Amino acid sequence: MATKDIKPEDPRIDPKTGEFRVLAPGFTFKTVTAKIADIVLTPTTSLGWFALFSVGGAVATLVIVAVTWLFLKGTGIWAVSQPVGWGFAIINFVWWIGIGHAGTLISAILLLFKQQWRNSINRFAEAMTIFAVVCAGLFPLIHVGRPWLAYWLFPLPNTMNVWPQFRSPLLWDVFAVSTYATISIVFWYVGLIPDFGTMRDRAKTKFAAYIYGLLSLGWRGSVRHWVRYETASLLLAGLATPLVLSVHTVISFDFAVAVIPGWHTTIFPPYFVAGAVYSGFAMVLTLAIPLRKFYKLEGLVTDRHMDNMGKVMLTTGLIVAYGYGMEVFMAWYSASHWEFFMMWNRMFGPMGWSYWMLIACNIAIPLTTLWVRKWRTNMTFMFVMSLIVNTGMWFERFVIVVTSLYRDFLPSSWGTYRATKWDYMTYFGTMGLFTALFLLFVRFLPMIPMNEIKMMLPSAKITAKAKPAVGAGD
Amino acid sequence: MIAEFETPSDLVRAAQAAYNDGWRRMDCYTPYPVEEAAEAIGFHKDRVSLLTLTGGLMGLCAMFSLETWISTLAYPLNIGGRPTYSWPAFIVPAYEWTILFAGLSAAFGMIALNGLPSLYHPLFNAPNFRTGATDDKFFLCLEALDPKYDASGTRAYLESMGPNSVVEVEY
Repeated sequence: MATKDIKPEDPRIDPKTGEFRVLAPGFTFKTVTAKIADIVLTPTTSLGWFALFSVGGAVATLVIVAVTWLFLKGTGIWAVSQPVGWGFAIINFVWWIGIGHAGTLISAILLLFKQQWRNSINRFAEAMTIFAVVCAGLFPLIHVGRPWLAYWLFPLPNTMNVWPQFRSPLLWDVFAVSTYATISIVFWYVGLIPDFGTMRDRAKTKFAAYIYGLLSLGWRGSVRHWVRYETASLLLAGLATPLVLSVHTVISFDFAVAVIPGWHTTIFPPYFVAGAVYSGFAMVLTLAIPLRKFYKLEGLVTDRHMDNMGKVMLTTGLIVAYGYGMEVFMAWYSASHWEFFMMWNRMFGPMGWSYWMLIACNIAIPLTTLWVRKWRTNMTFMFVMSLIVNTGMWFERFVIVVTSLYRDFLPSSWGTYRATKWDYMTYFGTMGLFTALFLLFVRFLPMIPMNEIKMMLPSAKITAKAKPAVGAGD
Repeated sequence: MIAEFETPSDLVRAAQAAYNDGWRRMDCYTPYPVEEAAEAIGFHKDRVSLLTLTGGLMGLCAMFSLETWISTLAYPLNIGGRPTYSWPAFIVPAYEWTILFAGLSAAFGMIALNGLPSLYHPLFNAPNFRTGATDDKFFLCLEALDPKYDASGTRAYLESMGPNSVVEVEY
């Protein structure tokens, strides 16, 4: 639609396609390197960075305090009890993992679909994935009660001759999430190797050159290496694609395999994956909008990126809306008393506010406004929208976990759920941890892949015509 | 002996010409993947895919047999009389390990086939290599091990291709 509301002479628009440009015109190989590498290699760190880092670090201490107390006292300090045996820990786990999914979608699926615009945002989206998985992984680990025995989850030989139970979706989770974390880190690192080479060669101090040199493994840009590198990247993308779809599917099995009304549905896997991508893109926007303003990267992360990410959110948001609709429909169509009551209770019971919060944040606000291109490229609007969607997705996890559990089959065993301060401290603490890790990444690693941007420049086009002065070939 | 070129097109043309003239011990160095340059020097088969496939199959077999062994022999659990060899439940971890092993083989296979890590390489001694090869310049290297190599002839040959400069690197 909305091509009309932007004047055709707008310099941001590529006249050939009528779309926003992926990169602002005027970049050369040299300016791309300088722009991206110098953010990291500058000896001065801005005060804004320190301010944000202290806030992130301060908030992260909450998680340290909360986890220390948890280890001393046990999971009783949380609000989990009967009948709500799964509380904030699993809500936050699913929420964080979901956020991570957008990074893999951008780096892997969009690579396979040859969506070149992804090149500018894939590095930091993937960093976001890794840090989100770090935050997510913390929750099941501390929820096991005796975290020093967490290695029992793995099939390791032990003196008791006890082995894990492979028919449980919770054990599948162990394999899905650990594979996801490993492959994400490997994919990210492989992408960084050539850029570490560039950083090594540009570093002004010996120490920086030494560190980046070690990390680059001695990369020298031989085209033979590049061919293998490209094959490996493509294969990793091809492997990460089914992986990312499987991870949230397996997580949804944790619920769907149970017989609790509100959990026992086949819509969960696709709806979890779409929700994951939805919240993940929202988080990418939350990070990208301040980042590109602060480091003046508007030429590399352009309105095209914002526009496209808005469209992806719109699509996945519609899938999520379909999931909600289907849940309501099946509650009626199943003719099961328990399913029907669960849905009624979810909407109009004592915790009904959380359901309407989720509908407002995930459907009512974003899915009516994201259709308009002018708004999709309005940064203030998109930033606020991304925060709303992330809140909404957190409430989705809350609704699924809590409102399905607190009033199930037997009214005599109904209960309620009220998170304690330790629950909140752990949750907000992981946000601080995420912020701090992300700021360290921005300061010490190139946040946009230089070699992939160079591939997209007009000067990278191979032309057949020979220079007149050259008598090559004889 | 390395020649520095300003644009990828110049490099590809020069590399193609040298290859046609019978050079084999040669390589190109570029700041980003230039597939045409690899084609030009006759390199298009790599074994990364094969390694990845092998790795993936190994992961699949390893996990599936581990699960089967644990559930049927090492620690059989009778839960509601269900069969101990419940293979559909084994698919998920086996699938994850297929991806894990394949991904690790792709990444480490690529690094190993490339002969990395090798923190030192003679080319790093060339005065213009480190400022250009990872930034904005394109290099063609004709190696002394090639039978066609002779110091003055090769220099003249490279200079005829219109490079920015030609440098001899201590090997």
